[in-house]
Amino acid sequence: MPRADWQVVIGLEVHAQLLTTSKLLSGASTSFGGAPNAHTSVICLGLPGVLPVVNRHAIELAVRAGVALGCEVARVSEWSRKHYFYPDLPKGYQVTQYERPLCLGGCVVFDGPAGERAVRLTRIHVEEDAGKLVHEGGASLVDLNRAGTPLIEIVSEPELRSADEAVEYLKALRDVLVWVGVNDGNLEEGSFRCDANVSVMRPGATRFGTRCELKNLNSFRFIRQAIEVEAQRHVELLEAGGVVEQETRLFDPQRGETRPMRSKEDAHDYRYFPEPDLPLLVIGDDEVHAARRALPELPRARRARYVEALGLPAHDAQVLTADRAFSDFFERCVAEVGEAKPVANWFMGELSRLLNETKTPVTQVKFGPAQLAALLRAAKAGVVSGPGAKEAFAELFATGKDVQRIIDERGLAQVNDDGPLLAAIAEALAESPKNVESYRGGNTKLVGYFVGQVMKKLGGKGNPRRINELLVEQLKG
Amino acid sequence: MKTLLQAAAALASGATTSQALTAHCLTRARADETSAFLTLDEAGALAAARASDERRARGGALGPLDGVPLSLKDNILTEGVVTTAGSRMLEGFVPPYDATVTARLKAAGAVLLGKTNLDEFGMGSSTEGSAFQKTRNPLDPSRTPGGSSGGSAASVAARLCFGSLGTDTGGSVRQPAAFTGLVGLKPTWGRVSRAGVVAYASSLDQVGPLAHTVEDAAALLSAIEGYDAADATSAQHPRTDLSSLKAGVEGLRVGLPKEYLVEGMDGEVAAGVRAAAETLKARGAVVREVSLPHTRFALAAYYVIAPCEASSNLGRYDGVRYGHRAQGARTLSALYEQSRAEGFGPEVKRRIMLGTFALSAGYADAYYRKAQQVRGLIRRDFDEAFAQVDVLLSATSPVLPWRLGEKLSDPLAMYLMDVLTLSCNLAGLPGLSLPCGRAVGGLPVGAQLLGRPFDEATVLRAAYALEQALGLDFAPVGGA
Repeated sequence: MPRADWQVVIGLEVHAQLLTTSKLLSGASTSFGGAPNAHTSVICLGLPGVLPVVNRHAIELAVRAGVALGCEVARVSEWSRKHYFYPDLPKGYQVTQYERPLCLGGCVVFDGPAGERAVRLTRIHVEEDAGKLVHEGGASLVDLNRAGTPLIEIVSEPELRSADEAVEYLKALRDVLVWVGVNDGNLEEGSFRCDANVSVMRPGATRFGTRCELKNLNSFRFIRQAIEVEAQRHVELLEAGGVVEQETRLFDPQRGETRPMRSKEDAHDYRYFPEPDLPLLVIGDDEVHAARRALPELPRARRARYVEALGLPAHDAQVLTADRAFSDFFERCVAEVGEAKPVANWFMGELSRLLNETKTPVTQVKFGPAQLAALLRAAKAGVVSGPGAKEAFAELFATGKDVQRIIDERGLAQVNDDGPLLAAIAEALAESPKNVESYRGGNTKLVGYFVGQVMKKLGGKGNPRRINELLVEQLKG
Repeated sequence: MKTLLQAAAALASGATTSQALTAHCLTRARADETSAFLTLDEAGALAAARASDERRARGGALGPLDGVPLSLKDNILTEGVVTTAGSRMLEGFVPPYDATVTARLKAAGAVLLGKTNLDEFGMGSSTEGSAFQKTRNPLDPSRTPGGSSGGSAASVAARLCFGSLGTDTGGSVRQPAAFTGLVGLKPTWGRVSRAGVVAYASSLDQVGPLAHTVEDAAALLSAIEGYDAADATSAQHPRTDLSSLKAGVEGLRVGLPKEYLVEGMDGEVAAGVRAAAETLKARGAVVREVSLPHTRFALAAYYVIAPCEASSNLGRYDGVRYGHRAQGARTLSALYEQSRAEGFGPEVKRRIMLGTFALSAGYADAYYRKAQQVRGLIRRDFDEAFAQVDVLLSATSPVLPWRLGEKLSDPLAMYLMDVLTLSCNLAGLPGLSLPCGRAVGGLPVGAQLLGRPFDEATVLRAAYALEQALGLDFAPVGGA
């Protein structure tokens, strides 16, 4: 296929679940899982007479997301009802925002295949999630645990131009949302979901082609694959003289294809109108300013600073900023230690390994920056050897004990004084006159053997570098 | 003993007990020929009466409502007691929670006798739209008690209880009050919580009392009004100040909206309102004509907005979680269609269809949005009128209570009956109906007083003065 003749155009709609403990319009819990319909109240069941009450924490998180993405936060926005009939929607309508959303504009910045890209957002609005249907043994069962969970829908402008860009956009968006504590970024559990609007056009064309909306994209891999096969389908259709019908299509990951879900004719008429049970959503200047003030340095800015101010390689900066708490801890340790690279090495190496192995969240690490600094100083001063430092670090991680105590208790201190080192060397050389001769005859590789022998005599605690230096001197004879 | 405050006084003096009063009311209710009640909760009422008597014996009586038998319109939720909204859709539905107004009446010690009949979901003006029974007017059993709170009105007018709560979306408290010789108050939208009230049209619905006297209505309002965290649209507004209820109308500026003298108005109704105006004038009020120029668009706007909201509010009745479910449906859409076809009556279906149409893509601008614009103009009319006067006086209904069945075949004629009451809902104002005359044949004529938002106090003051001056009394057929 002559792909160069076609330009893919993608716009994304992301539904991100807000990290509240209760639902958007009721006090029911938002926990994932649980027995079907355990997390419901009369409000999320849509009983007669129930009225919604907006969860202000959800709004605070939505405002935070808007501020983090550079949106204009509307001081007055409006709730609307979106109507359709389906058993997962208890009231027969979803409470959402339509004509007057909470946030307008903003953008997501990411590194695309061709360098930095800033893709603009159309809007962010707040809405409640629907429940789900479970089809079992010929019956359909309704589980409303998820019904009423607060979401933000983040709508991009159709500015993405490839599946790769779409995926990079989503990763960067997810990074920001997770970083600022608005969303947990979990695609599998559906707390970060994406629909993609895909069309193709001739490069330089002034009008977009007819778009199709793709649903059921619950991993980055599927998103990339779905966009590629859908764009391919459009190109093939158009090149064969056909037309693309505007429709909603479902991605089938097993078959690697998209198939029609509903056509434009079958599209719902949602009959939006302003929700009469809720007053306008008013956000005070103070709330927006507070959200701005509380906004942390975002991952991209932090990465850039790590490279520019801390002199770290780009790869390190990337790894160290994958998680905010990890990165924050890193910064505190750097501040204590005074240089970044050794701390970075410990963080990317031993600390990451131990966190993974023990499944410990970084926030529950038992030691503080001062203890890490003490260990790094001990290692640098040669008080402990490299392996000794690793051993001490593992103990530090497991117990949080004082570093000096660990070194003492485990006997990790190295012998650095020349006196005992020279005595052990003298013994070792005296025991192997043949090898001494061989060394002096040119087999200098034998120095390793002697280091081993000396180390054995010192119970493994000699400073290997100093032993080496002294050995070389002694062997010169 | 007729009024709520008389009952309260008798309880306070020890002349009677709540259990005696309740037993008396239940006996009358069981023998009721008006079919006011859909459900009598005899056990619950007697238990509440006993608790009230015990409280009083301990010296812990709660206030004027403590121990007084009342009724509730059957679209107000009562925990553990069937609430149907007059619909097959909710036949046998037992709510798991109390409406806020129910809870507040209980907290005030009231004895809740049972649930009263209504037009299905509150949609109607004669109570003939109930899926279960027709209610008769206690003053003339051949006639309608009005609607949609006709059961509540009949229960009070037939003296089966001492007061009732109805709901008013376009006149459903005031018009039945007018038809049965009672006082009916629709508070300002937001004054009383709607939580636990089966929604018809959310932006218009409001709970209000029906009672024999203005003071009774005021006592009921005091018990139910005030902010409720469960209703985001309930207002954080000071309570109604009743200290000047009996202060008279000297200097009060009363407006007569000239547009409310509608074509086809019954002559006796017009005469009753004129007499009311003269009476107020004689008591020192300043009466003048005012204009509400957009009144002629109100009915059309109302019958777009109310059905739009109704079509949305009634979407939840789908047979999936509760309520009527059709048997034998083989597909999801058949389940919806059959359940709703069987569960809803003709007027409800008509309004759902009207509303669905008026909100659909391509029509919403011409209907829903245009109606909202009209609503804004109507509000402005009232703002301008209330810059000149303190209350507005008009008829409540343009006609006297009609005979049962008379208007059933003509929905449009029925809609026209709401023409004088529904602007008040569109503007969210407080409105009250009280008897202002007796027509030939003994039927009551109702006058309506409208006030500024949250100015129930002035409306009640004017109503009290009029009530005292007119001294009207209506007795049910067959006697008290």
